[in-house]
Amino acid sequence: MSTALQTPEVAETPNYLNSEYGWKSWLFTKDHKRIAVLYIISITVMFFIGGIFASLIRIELLTPQGDLVNSGTYNKFFTMHGIVMVFFFLIPSIPATLGNFFLPMQIGAKYLAFPRINLLSWYIYIAGAIFALAAIVLGGVDTGWTFYTPFSSTYSNTFVITAAVGVFIAGFSSILTGLNFIVTVHKMRAPGMTWGRLPLFVWANYATSLIQVLGTPVVAITLALVGLERAFHIGIFDPAIGGDPILFQHMFWFYSHPAVYIMILPGMGVISELVTCFSRKSIFGYPFVAASSLGIAIIGFLVWGHHMFVTGMSMYASLYFSLLTMLVAVPSAIKIFNWTATMFRGSISYDTPMLYAFGFIGLFTIGGLTGLFLATLGVDVHVTDTYFVVAHFHYVMVGGMVLAYLGGMHFWWPKITGRMYPEGWAKFAALLVFAGFNLTFFPQFITGYLGQPRRYHAYAPEFQVLNVMSTAGASVLGLGYIIPLIYFLWSMKYGPKAGNNPWNAKGLEWQTTSPPPTFNFEQTPIVTEDAYAYGSESAPEEAHHHD
Amino acid sequence: MQVPLFPEAASSIARQVDYLYAYLSVVTIVMTGLIFAVVFFFAVKYRRKSENEMPRPIHGSVILEITWSIIPFIVMLSFFWWGAQIFFANATPPSNAMDVYVVGKQWMWKIQYPEGTREINELHVPIGRPVKLTLASEDVIHSFFIPAFRIKHDVVPGRYDTMWFTATKPGRYHIFCAEYCGTEHSGMVGWVTVMTDSDYENWVAAGGTEGSMAQQGERLFEQYGCSTCHQADQQGRGPNLRGVYGSRIQLTDGRSVQADDAYIRESILNPNSKVTAGYRPDVMPTFQGQISEEQLLQMIVYIKSLANPGAPASTGGRQ
Amino acid sequence: MTEPHSAVAEHAEHSPYLRHHFDSMEQQFDSATLGMWVFLLTEIMFFGGMFGAYTVYRSMYPAAFASTSMHMNPAFGAANTAVLIVSSLTMALAVRSARLGKQQALQMFLVLTMLFGIAFLVIKGFEYHEHWVDMKVPLFSGHWDYSNTPEFPHQAQYSHQAQILFCFYFFMTGFHALHMLVGVGLMTTILMMARHGIFSKDYFTPVEISGLYWHFVDIVWIFLFPLLYLIGNARKLI
Repeated sequence: MSTALQTPEVAETPNYLNSEYGWKSWLFTKDHKRIAVLYIISITVMFFIGGIFASLIRIELLTPQGDLVNSGTYNKFFTMHGIVMVFFFLIPSIPATLGNFFLPMQIGAKYLAFPRINLLSWYIYIAGAIFALAAIVLGGVDTGWTFYTPFSSTYSNTFVITAAVGVFIAGFSSILTGLNFIVTVHKMRAPGMTWGRLPLFVWANYATSLIQVLGTPVVAITLALVGLERAFHIGIFDPAIGGDPILFQHMFWFYSHPAVYIMILPGMGVISELVTCFSRKSIFGYPFVAASSLGIAIIGFLVWGHHMFVTGMSMYASLYFSLLTMLVAVPSAIKIFNWTATMFRGSISYDTPMLYAFGFIGLFTIGGLTGLFLATLGVDVHVTDTYFVVAHFHYVMVGGMVLAYLGGMHFWWPKITGRMYPEGWAKFAALLVFAGFNLTFFPQFITGYLGQPRRYHAYAPEFQVLNVMSTAGASVLGLGYIIPLIYFLWSMKYGPKAGNNPWNAKGLEWQTTSPPPTFNFEQTPIVTEDAYAYGSESAPEEAHHHD
Repeated sequence: MQVPLFPEAASSIARQVDYLYAYLSVVTIVMTGLIFAVVFFFAVKYRRKSENEMPRPIHGSVILEITWSIIPFIVMLSFFWWGAQIFFANATPPSNAMDVYVVGKQWMWKIQYPEGTREINELHVPIGRPVKLTLASEDVIHSFFIPAFRIKHDVVPGRYDTMWFTATKPGRYHIFCAEYCGTEHSGMVGWVTVMTDSDYENWVAAGGTEGSMAQQGERLFEQYGCSTCHQADQQGRGPNLRGVYGSRIQLTDGRSVQADDAYIRESILNPNSKVTAGYRPDVMPTFQGQISEEQLLQMIVYIKSLANPGAPASTGGRQ
Repeated sequence: MTEPHSAVAEHAEHSPYLRHHFDSMEQQFDSATLGMWVFLLTEIMFFGGMFGAYTVYRSMYPAAFASTSMHMNPAFGAANTAVLIVSSLTMALAVRSARLGKQQALQMFLVLTMLFGIAFLVIKGFEYHEHWVDMKVPLFSGHWDYSNTPEFPHQAQYSHQAQILFCFYFFMTGFHALHMLVGVGLMTTILMMARHGIFSKDYFTPVEISGLYWHFVDIVWIFLFPLLYLIGNARKLI
């Protein structure tokens, strides 16, 4: 049962939603909270577009033959599913939405360091999305989201440049968000908010921002080179004239591996918030959880070659990458253990956000451990490029990141909108998501080991039973996504009004009204206690205001 | 309906890979089960009973952190170690491995045997003998994958890749292309047939209407005018190729290289990149774009046969 | 609820250029400079990717590289290097003038910096034109010719690889020139702002961060010049 809601009898207080009306007040806003809302709308649209492609893929894979669409079209489906989901949903997701909204509030700031650059990053995202959608509408792109050469640079006859431009542009959105967060965390913390008191959500987004800033430019230049090669018909990656297609892979994965940590770290930050609030207990091992975010970010830059074990890389390079990949798993494991330990002797409630946190912990464990299968050289040779990999990354990206995103949205929804979502429906949807997800992706581990390659339009008949199970799961999962869309929209008008702190959570964002005022805090907070100071001996004073 | 968990195990390393996979699976299941169980247990035992409950904070334990970092890492090192061993074993084919040549192109596998037999999307191998595949691509990156053997290797244009296996169980097994290569990627599939030794000998002797690969290579050698400069029994404008394959070559710039398949290929397509000491650059023309990958392999097999005058053109462990 | 604390009083005393989300000019300045440094870090990674790829190809094809280096004009390169170094000096002097509140000096140094920047681009234009005439521009069909000539009797064999290396030459110098152009545009804006009397001892942040950008673009060139023009071309210089 969720904690008691307050039903205030006062008239609606001024907040960031009602301070100004009109499209100009939204499209020219400098308020990080409004920009976050703009992002929520945009990435939700892109998520459902990516989801449509996923549905088409799964429907086609009900039968071993390629009978729904022809091969070229199918190849476009999985390519566009990947591009949209990776670059236009997962990479921005939590940082641009929940991060934009709550990072300044959690550190006691009234704004981000560069409000107009924040708005610019949204416009850049939209520009990138327009190019991506143009590629889709004009006829699609079929290179796979990985754009491997020389297929993408010389052989494909689809709208590769358009798609690559879309990704290139979206990369700058990502860079600017990261840049903003880094400067904000360094320079805009409220008095008393030392690095050691930062909420772990902030640490996670900070580490993510480091990756965004360092990694994204490399994929930008890599895709620019592919685009230039196609445009000018030169052969930087074409072996026929001396180009090296494997160089492309090294450059591409140098970004795209750290990118997957962009796609999970913010989720881990959310889970830290959820587990502490809904166990009503301080995080176990704060310094270790904070340091593990940085550790993942740094080591994450050193392991990209594990995507290339069967390309003919030298033995020594392969050994190095395998070993380092084992190492990068350690900080993730540390988080899982610390979250579990946080629950020990806690006071645990089963509100929807916590259900998503439970789901995350279980599914990310599976996803992370199956990553180790892929890091293990002898096994990787068999399972790479099969559905085993597809299952692994969906476990971490959907079972991990998407669950964290949904958990965070439910947690912070009352703060963002001032309304409560319907708890019964939310729990039901969470269960659907969990069950549907596992039914969709667990069979893929099995088909992968059996040998079903990925990106296959038609497959060997003996894989059919498992593929049908997978599609059945996808239907349940899809329903689990649609239901929250409906009740979140419903709640904005009909949901019960939420009080300032319906969850009795720590964190400066809960000290404001729901929704918060435009300037977050009437007076700058002064922070005197650590993050997650649940149950401290002294009566928790929160932040008292200076006059 | 029975859903198998493992594909057929038909090569010498297949079972080893399966055991390692089983080990990884057991650790995963145990760890996942443990986490699930503990979380479930805590969630039930410490379920919030009243609204005002406020548990006492527990800030951490360095000992615990170190323990649960080091122990998992040691377990992961065991994964690494075992995996590396299998990888090492896969990396170097035995010296008595028989050669088969595979050329991938959108969207088919063209297979040539030294005896001259050619197949499309079919591979025949004898049981119990190591087979070394030399892989070449005519266009984009492909990947040659035999699930039953637990092996896979990318086929990258512009160079040769090799992989090897020893088949241990007769039967017919899938070959899949495992690197997305365009429209009919999922159609680039085939079958490998594992036969008994004598069946294989009969089968391979029967095929090949154009002669062995070495003979075909020799014809190409004449056709493209190679014999003009690379004369059979004396030094011409180009080095005599007898005995060259497999030897160490001194180059004009002081380096020395091993004369393997890749070297021969490069010498034909880009002769000035490695010029033999004592010879001048810019004399041999390049044949880039004129000779197909399959023809290049035939010429390589021919040149290989010159290494041992009198030995049969095809290599292999035949006694 | 207390009145917005000291907001009214403070309004009178803080610089009109203090943005309201900052508590002090110092915080604003620190944030802006940190932001620019982070942005420059991304630029390092961007150029680094190209430098890395170029280095890989160069080490793969040393002979082709040696042949392409014969077609670089180190005189142009050296002139550009001198121009940029001097422009960095004038830029630094501009920033110093801003710190000291010297309006005339600031404007003069900004103008000089811009002129040097434009000079760089003009010299680059001449250089690209020379390549164009020489048929060493692989980006456009009909403008690439690497066949043997009396002056370079053995180069045809490297044509394909030289094509790749020349492409990198154009991409690297081209992206750099693009950044220079942006830099000149930035300087124009800063100059406009200076002429409107915006800068003073207390507020010169835009000058400072533009200066950082300008110096960075200069440093990229300092790496490009030896890499593309000097190494392998020593013979031609002596």
